[in-house]
Amino acid sequence: MQSDASSTPPAPPSAIRGAQATPRLRLRDVTKHFPGCLANDRVSLDLQPGEIHALLGENGAGKSTLVKILYGVQSADSGTIEWEGRPVDIPNPGTARALGIGMVFQHFSLFETLSVADNVALALGSGTGRDASLIQEISRLSEEYGLALDPGRIVHELSVGERQRVEIVRCLMQNPSLIVMDEPTSVLTPHEVTRLFSVLRRLRDEGRTILYISHKLQEIRDLCDRATILRGGKVVASCDPRVETPKSLAALMIGRSFDGPKSDKPVSTGAGVPLLEVHGLSQEAASPFGTSLKNVSLHVRAGEVLGIAGVAGNGQNTLLAALSGESVSPRDDWIKFEGKSIGRVGARGRRDMGITFVPEERLGHGSVPDLSLDENALLSGWRRWGLVRRGLISRGKAREKAETVIEAFNVVSAGSSAAARSLSGGNLQKFIIGREILQEPKLLIAAQPTWGVDAGSAAAIQTALMELARSGAGVIVVSQDLDELFMISDRVAVIFDGHLSESRPTHATTAEEVGLLMGGLFEAAS
Amino acid sequence: MITLDRRPETSHIWLYATPLLAVFLTVLCGAILFAFLGFDPADALHAYFILPLADQYGLGELTVKATPLAMIAVGLALGFRANVWNIGAEGQLTLGAIFGGGLALAFYGQEGPLLLPAMLIGGMVGGALWAAIPAFLRTRFNANEILVSLMLTYVAGLLLSYLVTGPWKDPMGFGFPQTRLFGEGAILPILLDGTRMHIGFPLALVAVAAAWFIVSRSLFGFQIKVVGLTPPAAGYAGFSGRRIIWATLMIGGALAGLAGAIEVSGPIGQLTPSISPGYGFTAIIVAFLGRLHPVGILLAALLMALSYIGGETAQIELGLPVAVTGVFQGMLLFFLLASDVLVHFRVRFRLRGAGRAA
Repeated sequence: MQSDASSTPPAPPSAIRGAQATPRLRLRDVTKHFPGCLANDRVSLDLQPGEIHALLGENGAGKSTLVKILYGVQSADSGTIEWEGRPVDIPNPGTARALGIGMVFQHFSLFETLSVADNVALALGSGTGRDASLIQEISRLSEEYGLALDPGRIVHELSVGERQRVEIVRCLMQNPSLIVMDEPTSVLTPHEVTRLFSVLRRLRDEGRTILYISHKLQEIRDLCDRATILRGGKVVASCDPRVETPKSLAALMIGRSFDGPKSDKPVSTGAGVPLLEVHGLSQEAASPFGTSLKNVSLHVRAGEVLGIAGVAGNGQNTLLAALSGESVSPRDDWIKFEGKSIGRVGARGRRDMGITFVPEERLGHGSVPDLSLDENALLSGWRRWGLVRRGLISRGKAREKAETVIEAFNVVSAGSSAAARSLSGGNLQKFIIGREILQEPKLLIAAQPTWGVDAGSAAAIQTALMELARSGAGVIVVSQDLDELFMISDRVAVIFDGHLSESRPTHATTAEEVGLLMGGLFEAAS
Repeated sequence: MITLDRRPETSHIWLYATPLLAVFLTVLCGAILFAFLGFDPADALHAYFILPLADQYGLGELTVKATPLAMIAVGLALGFRANVWNIGAEGQLTLGAIFGGGLALAFYGQEGPLLLPAMLIGGMVGGALWAAIPAFLRTRFNANEILVSLMLTYVAGLLLSYLVTGPWKDPMGFGFPQTRLFGEGAILPILLDGTRMHIGFPLALVAVAAAWFIVSRSLFGFQIKVVGLTPPAAGYAGFSGRRIIWATLMIGGALAGLAGAIEVSGPIGQLTPSISPGYGFTAIIVAFLGRLHPVGILLAALLMALSYIGGETAQIELGLPVAVTGVFQGMLLFFLLASDVLVHFRVRFRLRGAGRAA
């Protein structure tokens, strides 16, 4: 075991350009075992200088584990890592950084109460955010790469896109020759994505290597030079994504041919009385950091899907709580369901009327992690399914309902007595969606229904939502995923800073237009 | 190197095995402690754990002590399951004693068959009213119920002291701070001749059975569980956290108050400034030792009761310091909390540095 890591300073990118023969990073037969699962099974991977290399795979395919091994957060059980042709041992992130490996996390790791410069200084481990030379360096880097940033601003004032820029600049300060990006676009607007891609291409052209982790197929085709596909912890294919189709990539990723959701749903005619009407709803956010709603109006008819797009943190949570009844509105007539005012009716009362809800957080909001699927069926279904008589629970009936959901929605679990926590994200989401749909709602409100869900489950969920609408129910889907919204909804509206835009028929608008709205440019888009 | 790996699901085997492990470790350490004190460990443990149970009177005493512990603990456990931390059962017990005892004094000399039931109900009302204060402050102003209920314990103690040294003092009591002895009709009947086992024990068993029914079968029990485990999911399901706070505090207060009324109308027979050797606080240990499960709580209450009388017996028989009781109770809680890690984690021993990438 050789440990020459700390003595090797990161070589400047220009010096490496000529050395095309040796890969920058070479993994050979890396294996990592966790209790009950083989996360990485003899994974081999070569990353060349000057390439954007995609690591593609479903949730649970082993992407995160591999990256953690690379960055020294976890250690592999066996296998070798070579850096610039020399075998290395990466016991901790400090060693990884010293080698020249930088990481931009999916969930930002910034201190919200500190300034941009302070955050950078903390990561560098020397100096403070008030050092003139540091501030100058941040400004220079952000200017050079077109990552507009003010070093003096406090992080909690920054938008999600700006925070990501802080992460990237912080990473670049250490002049890395390999940058790992974990699902960087999941929180960005289409415009921000375009800007991020041009930054990444510049970094590549300087000879740096970028390992780009994603499950968004279109992005990978647009951006990456090569793709390595993981499935069940193994490398199943390596290809040039630019010559593949999204369909062929998806087939490699999930291991069978992939149809995507069926979308033969007739476009809603727009006739009929609105099922749900919201008029001039203004509501305070439940938490001090939430976004309050300002004069929100919307309506949904039976048989249609209304999509609500928006970057996270623009009031979605307040809107969802107001629609589900978890926080009641100040005025009863701001929300009407089938013509009746329900603004002051709570969650239980709205459920009784036929409004069911799929929250964004599936563990800990839509389900109780430590309870069995039986009891989680009881959680939201006890009234509509009649699982409680005179205050007493009918356990047998609850199990029956849970088993019905499991079967109808192909939920992979160890039976209905398995704890919700033990299910994978996709399967738990299928269970929750199924539980809400099988209660035969008149209106279903779903938040981020396929967020972090594997492609197979996502297609099943999207199909189920469309089928529900076709059967005559109204559906509201709040999502950040524009592809999804365009695929399943009849109309789409955008939420920004607590305002909701007018909805437009999906066939009469474009992703660019919606993207402008997501960035708050309501006038520019109209 | 020892590593702790989080279990994907809590271990049900360890959930029930850890209380037994804790008892075993307590006894083991107790034996070592006795040896260091210069006693034969076997003799001392015999005096502590076996001798008290050797005769009928001892068994009766066990039920006398276990009655308030089990009764209070099942009530507290309902709240603890919902993350409602009522630490002031001692105060609610005191108010129950005041309400029940007050009735006994008010109807002194004219007791009828309805007086005893009225005293028990009065005790429940008193305890529930005392618990209503933290419930109101918590739901109205979000005041922490741990602090409020705990501080009210001292208020209750002072109120009792005032009553027994002032308006309710026994006029024939030579100035002692206590009320007169209750009349014959205000004393709980004894169930077994030659013991002090009274009718409170079957009442405690009823409370245990009722709590078991609530926890395992009723929607109310399910709501308590959901509110305690995952408050956002409770809001999602339309369960009111406020109602659960009120209900659990009122039930806990009523049961503690009932225990207080039973204590003064049973073993004590009058109001004095010290009516409880800390039952309200020990019941917290009992609740956790019993895993917040009613049946577990019953067993834990018997064990704790044994530690009280075992300490007394050991003091009489061997001259062991009475502080041993506190040491045993403390060790028990300590080992229980420590071994709880096994419920959520798997402990693995391995050689240092092994398993790293070559």
